[in-house]
Amino acid sequence: MSTEKTEREAIFSPKNIKLLTGPLNMSNPITVQILGICSALAVTVKMKPAIVMALALMVVTAFSNLVISFLRNGIPPRIRIIVQLVVVATLVILVDQLLKAFVFDVSKQLSVYVGLIITNCIIMGRLEAFAMANKPWPAFLDGIGNGMGYGLILIIVAFFRELLGSGTLLGFQVIPQSLYNAGYVNNGMMILPPMALITIGVIIWVQRYYNRSLIEK
Amino acid sequence: MYTNRYIFTYAAVLVIVAAALLSLAAMLLKPFQERNLTIEKMRGILTSAQVTQANAGNAIPLFNKYIVKELVLDPKGNVLNTYSKSPKEDAPAFKIDLKKEYYNKSQNKPYKLPLYIADKDGKTIYIIPMRGTGLWGPIWGNIALTSDFKTVIGVFFGDASETPGLGGEITKPKFLNQFAKKTIFDDNGNFTSIKVVKGGVIKLPEAQRIHGVDALSGATLTSNGVNDMLHNVLESYLPYIKNHR
Repeated sequence: MSTEKTEREAIFSPKNIKLLTGPLNMSNPITVQILGICSALAVTVKMKPAIVMALALMVVTAFSNLVISFLRNGIPPRIRIIVQLVVVATLVILVDQLLKAFVFDVSKQLSVYVGLIITNCIIMGRLEAFAMANKPWPAFLDGIGNGMGYGLILIIVAFFRELLGSGTLLGFQVIPQSLYNAGYVNNGMMILPPMALITIGVIIWVQRYYNRSLIEK
Repeated sequence: MYTNRYIFTYAAVLVIVAAALLSLAAMLLKPFQERNLTIEKMRGILTSAQVTQANAGNAIPLFNKYIVKELVLDPKGNVLNTYSKSPKEDAPAFKIDLKKEYYNKSQNKPYKLPLYIADKDGKTIYIIPMRGTGLWGPIWGNIALTSDFKTVIGVFFGDASETPGLGGEITKPKFLNQFAKKTIFDDNGNFTSIKVVKGGVIKLPEAQRIHGVDALSGATLTSNGVNDMLHNVLESYLPYIKNHR
């Protein structure tokens, strides 16, 4: 285990900061690792569910990374995927119950997608690739970082879909009535999942235009 | 390096800890979740009566303000219980489990029906809660009728798992707004229900268009579910309606 060191590392050492900021751009789970696309298409019609979904996923990745990292030396390798699933499923059900208790409206909109966090590739990917081989604190930061990277893309996609599809942002009308009177219409296509895929495609394109090192040879 | 005994013990302990955690959470959060369901039910009833400002925050006070009586009926239309005290959510009618009662009805067993009576701007509104089956799961709703039980004031539908964008559209204003001012009895007093017509009410003879609404395109089975739910539920209240019209 390469990261195990004898001296204590600073809590926010440059390496740990990188765990947080890396997934926002260079190793973004959606646009670079291409994980978690399914829910990114489904919950981005409006900003509010997208934000709640992003927060829920961040909580689940962070804490499942933390728990698995604590357990990493005791987990029998032969059943490690099952152990990971139990931890993730427990956390997801907890989040779902909390949403149902405290933000019922949002939980109705997210419906099945909260349950589907369990199968979200980002979580299993991070557990296998990072938490199984790193100390709890870096693993926790890695979870937060990947959750943010996922959330960032979700919110960008939701921003455009809600603005162009419904003419609102977070439920508030932003496109003035005078524009509608002049003949402007909301683009109904933006509400449907295919346009989310295209929006993500455009984001990937723009990101790679500015960040040439991501372009595959 | 790991013995089978270790692996089994590890798995067992892990699962028991996870189960204990989840049951604890379910127990602690249950009151909050039930509260939300109660509020949702009230909001549905109020929305059908066109109390449109009802939301999660004010549903309980508005419900207490507008609903004046909650009745429990038997299949012959006799009133088993009348409740007009506050808080309104403690009424026997409010606690009736429609799923159970309509199952009993389908089995020809005795059943009970709730009926809400609202007073809005001096006008009496009868609100009938409904339950039926859509394509993928249960659908439910409320229908608000004028004091002569003939004209629809408004409806509200909810669904558990209809296809978003197709059957799921039954909960949207575009579908719901069609119901206002339609009638469930014809001029001779015969029960007609409200038909959800595939291809649109335009397909009905002119005189019957007042008893129909447009079905949703791409959602025939959900539309049929709404049609059957309306017929089945309203039919159950006919004995009471006959006595009180």
